[in-house]
Amino acid sequence: MAKELLKGNVAIAEAAIRSGLNAYFGYPTTPETEILAYMAQRMPQLGRVFLQAESAIAAINMVYGAACSGVRTMTSSSGLGISLMQEGLVYIVCSEVPAVVIDSMRGWPGLGSIYPSQADYNQLTKSAGHGDFHSIVLAPSSIQEAVDLTVLAFDLAEKYRTLVIVTADSIIGQLMEPVELPPLKKPESAVPEWALTGATNRPKKILSSLYLDPTALENINRHMQDKQQRIKADEVRYEAIQTADADILIVAFGAAGRVAKTTVREARRYGIRVGLLRPISLFPFPTLPLRELALRAHAIMVVEMNAGQMVEDVRLAVGNRALIHFHGSTGGLAPLPDELLERIAALHTNLHEILSAGVSKTTSIPLPIARR
Amino acid sequence: MPKLSTPPVTYQPPDSIGDFPIHYCPSCAQSVIHKLIAEVIDELGIRECSIAITPAACAVYLYNYFNFDVAESAQGRAPAIATGLKRVQPNKIVFTYQSDGDLAASGLAQTVWAATRGENITIFFINNAIYEFTNGHRHSINASTQFRTASSNGHETYQAATPIGIAELLAGLPGATYVVRRAVHNSCAVQEAKKAIYTALQVQRAAAGFSLVEFMSSCSTNGTSAQCGSLNQPKPAPFYPLGDYKVADIVKNLN
Repeated sequence: MAKELLKGNVAIAEAAIRSGLNAYFGYPTTPETEILAYMAQRMPQLGRVFLQAESAIAAINMVYGAACSGVRTMTSSSGLGISLMQEGLVYIVCSEVPAVVIDSMRGWPGLGSIYPSQADYNQLTKSAGHGDFHSIVLAPSSIQEAVDLTVLAFDLAEKYRTLVIVTADSIIGQLMEPVELPPLKKPESAVPEWALTGATNRPKKILSSLYLDPTALENINRHMQDKQQRIKADEVRYEAIQTADADILIVAFGAAGRVAKTTVREARRYGIRVGLLRPISLFPFPTLPLRELALRAHAIMVVEMNAGQMVEDVRLAVGNRALIHFHGSTGGLAPLPDELLERIAALHTNLHEILSAGVSKTTSIPLPIARR
Repeated sequence: MPKLSTPPVTYQPPDSIGDFPIHYCPSCAQSVIHKLIAEVIDELGIRECSIAITPAACAVYLYNYFNFDVAESAQGRAPAIATGLKRVQPNKIVFTYQSDGDLAASGLAQTVWAATRGENITIFFINNAIYEFTNGHRHSINASTQFRTASSNGHETYQAATPIGIAELLAGLPGATYVVRRAVHNSCAVQEAKKAIYTALQVQRAAAGFSLVEFMSSCSTNGTSAQCGSLNQPKPAPFYPLGDYKVADIVKNLN
């Protein structure tokens, strides 16, 4: 199909519609409001369900209700809306109904700003609600990837009967790029066997997450954990750029990962062997590939538009195999390729001193958030 | 010996009630309300297209009693969940069963907005004016004179002033079609309550909009007679007068 020039939020919305989205429920939140606005126009045209809810809490519960019907359904929000939605996210995951959430990250904490950020990393990957669970979290770094991951999100949500969050940010949401969209799919008419559609010629069905019998709840949790292990084994996604000979490895996702690509290219021109590991699935995190790469690289530089939330996951993967540095920004400012290049160049110089002095790789070098 | 014939069936539980031991306390009115809903669903012949949403309260086990599809809700969110279900399956009968802490405290926004949108769902609202699930705490719908586990002085009107009348509140919203308050404290009241369930589900079946039946109920374990009046009194609910609060014209034309 021919490419179209689309804004990120619009491309995500259209990709969801073309994936056979049956019902969208949302509450406007900058910087994703265009998704809601686009859905408001397009979904009724196609005879599908659009509803602007009274709050993010209501929106996610409407998604839960529609998901109980076995149809493709989604909402979109930003971190402060995700905070409100967490109650509903838990019920979706623990009642095992599939749903997709788009999170467009902006500056936090509190009311924060509307500028780009990656400050929802911990919220999405580690604590999207109470209980032992993780959602699948996918992070695009281009509009085409945002389209592809939105399509994938619906498939994964149905495959595992769970919640999939696609996390963009103000940059991905507002950027315009040429993209190729998938063909328009109609909502599936056949419903899955677990869906609540009325007990016609069959026994009743229940969707619940209450188990007052401790053994029953233990068994359910084991089942959920088994599913999580399958997801960890089969759904790791990442992009590795010039990692084979990298002395310094940048780990960055989403918009920061995209900036880092330029830095890798520039650094190579100066003869510095830099590579990039860009996690596409934030959960499951590409732990094993990163561990492998850390055997070769002397230093790792984590680049994030937050205060270093992914550093924990990098540390868990890398252990003491390489020095871990961090470069971050939190106010809504994206890192620039040149500023990353300066850090890499300094690191490159220091690296020879550190290595020749025989300093243990476990020595931590505290590096604060970049100041401008 | 005369041949014995099988005696005619004079009474049996409705098809919409499953075979499950009652977990409610003795004299709790919820089992009566369950039965009334099940009877009406049988009489309307809508069991196979009904989907219910349970509250996070004593009635969370609704799905064990009802013999049709049921989804579970976080506290207060049932009207939003019902909205999601109904919007994608408009030909199904979708109702929530919610108690006062669930509907009137945690979920007031979802209740008010479902009514405001004129969402074509039905809410069965069980008001025993107490948090029965957590040993009888007071909340916004309780009468101010109550002595409760979280209001030992009773008269703390500054803390929780006068009770919210949900039927009165929702009746003022143009989106609501049918809003009534009933009780189940004697056989006449039970019959009136059953009629209201019938009308509410008829409203939904006719796609006529939002319907809510509030039932004054009892909590035999944690409640006191002060909360809604003694069940033997001629006026069972002094704080919550029974009656029809909103009956839109379209309801009068339903049969």
